[in-house]
Amino acid sequence: MSAPAAANEAQHAPDAVLLGFARALRAAGVAVTADRERTYLEAVSEVGLLDAPGVYWAGRATLCSSPADLERYDQVYAAWFGLERAGARPRQEASPTLTMAPLDGDGDPGESEEQDAVQARASATEVLRHRDIATLGSADRARLAALFAGLRPRAPRRRAHRPTPAARGIVDARRTLRDQLRRMGEPGPIAWQRRGTRPRRVVLLVDVSGSMSPYADALLRLAHTYAATGLPVEVFTLGTRLTHVTRPLRQRDPERALVACGNVVPDWSGGTRLAQGIKVFLDRWGRRGMARGAVVVVFSDGWEREAPEALGEQMRRLRGLAHRVVWVNPHRGKAGYVPVQQGIVAALPHIDDFVAGHSMAAFEELVEVVARA
Amino acid sequence: MEPREAFASAGELAQGLGRTGYLADASLATVAWLALRLQRPLLLEGEPGTGKTALAEAIAETLDLPLVRLQCYEGIDSTQALYDWDFPRQILHLRAVEAVAADRATDLEAVEDQLFDERFLLARPVLKALRESPAVLLVDEVDRADDEFEAFLLEVLSTWQVTIPELGTVTASTPPVVVLTSNRTRELHDALKRRCLYHWIDHPGLQRELEIVRSRAPEVSETLAAQVVSTVQLLRQDHELIKPPGVAETLDWARALHELGSTDLDLETASATLGVAVKYREDSERVRAALDRILTS
Repeated sequence: MSAPAAANEAQHAPDAVLLGFARALRAAGVAVTADRERTYLEAVSEVGLLDAPGVYWAGRATLCSSPADLERYDQVYAAWFGLERAGARPRQEASPTLTMAPLDGDGDPGESEEQDAVQARASATEVLRHRDIATLGSADRARLAALFAGLRPRAPRRRAHRPTPAARGIVDARRTLRDQLRRMGEPGPIAWQRRGTRPRRVVLLVDVSGSMSPYADALLRLAHTYAATGLPVEVFTLGTRLTHVTRPLRQRDPERALVACGNVVPDWSGGTRLAQGIKVFLDRWGRRGMARGAVVVVFSDGWEREAPEALGEQMRRLRGLAHRVVWVNPHRGKAGYVPVQQGIVAALPHIDDFVAGHSMAAFEELVEVVARA
Repeated sequence: MEPREAFASAGELAQGLGRTGYLADASLATVAWLALRLQRPLLLEGEPGTGKTALAEAIAETLDLPLVRLQCYEGIDSTQALYDWDFPRQILHLRAVEAVAADRATDLEAVEDQLFDERFLLARPVLKALRESPAVLLVDEVDRADDEFEAFLLEVLSTWQVTIPELGTVTASTPPVVVLTSNRTRELHDALKRRCLYHWIDHPGLQRELEIVRSRAPEVSETLAAQVVSTVQLLRQDHELIKPPGVAETLDWARALHELGSTDLDLETASATLGVAVKYREDSERVRAALDRILTS
């Protein structure tokens, strides 16, 4: 087996080629740090440069840390060493965290600035409805942020597995004995314990398809106020695909978080494949434990392009795993709304709470519903 | 034998694993071998039933080292992972000393020292692995533990030592071989991942899976094994299944059919034993419908 082609060229030292590859990988979005580069070089020197598949696997093991990284690694490897990936079968399914797609920032900024100015004069509720993530409106920024900062999301509590010291409950033999030991074996008061509570996980699934685009910004800000609290919260966006956005939303600054979030989500204002999205969520994350015993909040208007019965089926599965399913529909807050969209009709039997999500007041209500779940 | 020096190449390790009945492909063998050579923990992720835990067992068997297993769960803390003092026995000891030396003046300090003695220490998996090292430490389903536990684990995995205030520091003479498995219910912290070599285990291909069945369940007839494996391979291509069967299910299914006395797979026995391979009602309906098509073609 021949060495990777680039390493053969006399003018490049092998480690320069390898380090260059690591840098290229970092540029492609894989979190390659200096210590990982070092481990990579060590690993390659162990397998030997002449073993091309070995070099491939050594890099894959030392530089990658999630299934999403593997895909990028293969692409960069092929580009850098100009070889077919060594001895591996193509992966069967695409990973849930998706490759980055640049947003098309082609919206005319001048025009939308003007729109912002007009809308900012309207009521606070109106301001919230305005949204285009690619060109963040400047006028309503401070106002929105101030409004969302006023929200105080709390996580619902669940019974913990571990007991905590308490004034009464059951006898804490361990602590009683330990205290006794401290007094050199002299018996003393009995210590008690009872099971405490822990925050329950909250999972937010935010529909960012075209029909929801007027609300997407506000909903993501809401998701950010949840994610930034440090509570056990996971956030996904639903469109034509499912994207895990908890990481970008964890940043404290809402503007940065939203921009970071905009960078990872490839399908803003596209179509909806709600049933498919929820299915992918359940298969890749939910069933493995993320949705188990969690409070799952779906933000969507329930416009399902495909078969609505599929959505009903997925919602039934979700209901079976989750502690409570909350559906937030912005249209519900409007006068004369009747849930007639096929998607929502199919989903309704599997929902615990059906709430509005069109205004700040509705969000405050939602926060209460989640905290009491 | 020193785990680091045990195998000269990844190929040798693969052969060694093969002798224990674990068939690793070249990629997994390379990564596992590197983990031994570089003395780094190995982080394995992948679908359930692809042999993540079995690899640790196979490595232990191949190297002839003890396997120490730490099953993670929510709320696990250092008293369950590291060490704990045996309080009831300490109290008993104290009472015994009191009874024996009732009238004589006893040396208080000596009694105290006796209390925090080796024999009252309950070594939990991590401490056990460090003491017994060379050993294989399997940290199973690390994603189930809390974030704080990861930080603690990171400390042990980078220094290979544990400090017990009353006794002193325990350092592993040779770092144990560490295998961590995760089902990805949550994202592990970057700091922990950076310490580890990472490998994603996929479902094996047709040929490989057949070899696995032949070596793990040699009693199953050749035709039956081939039929079961190719059926399972076809089922996995159906992305609509909630839980595609893993290798463990393939093995169970083949063994179950063998127990029933079948030598080849027919529609009747296949649907009667389907519950061994497929664990969801929705899936079994789907698979029953597909079996007809798969088995007749």
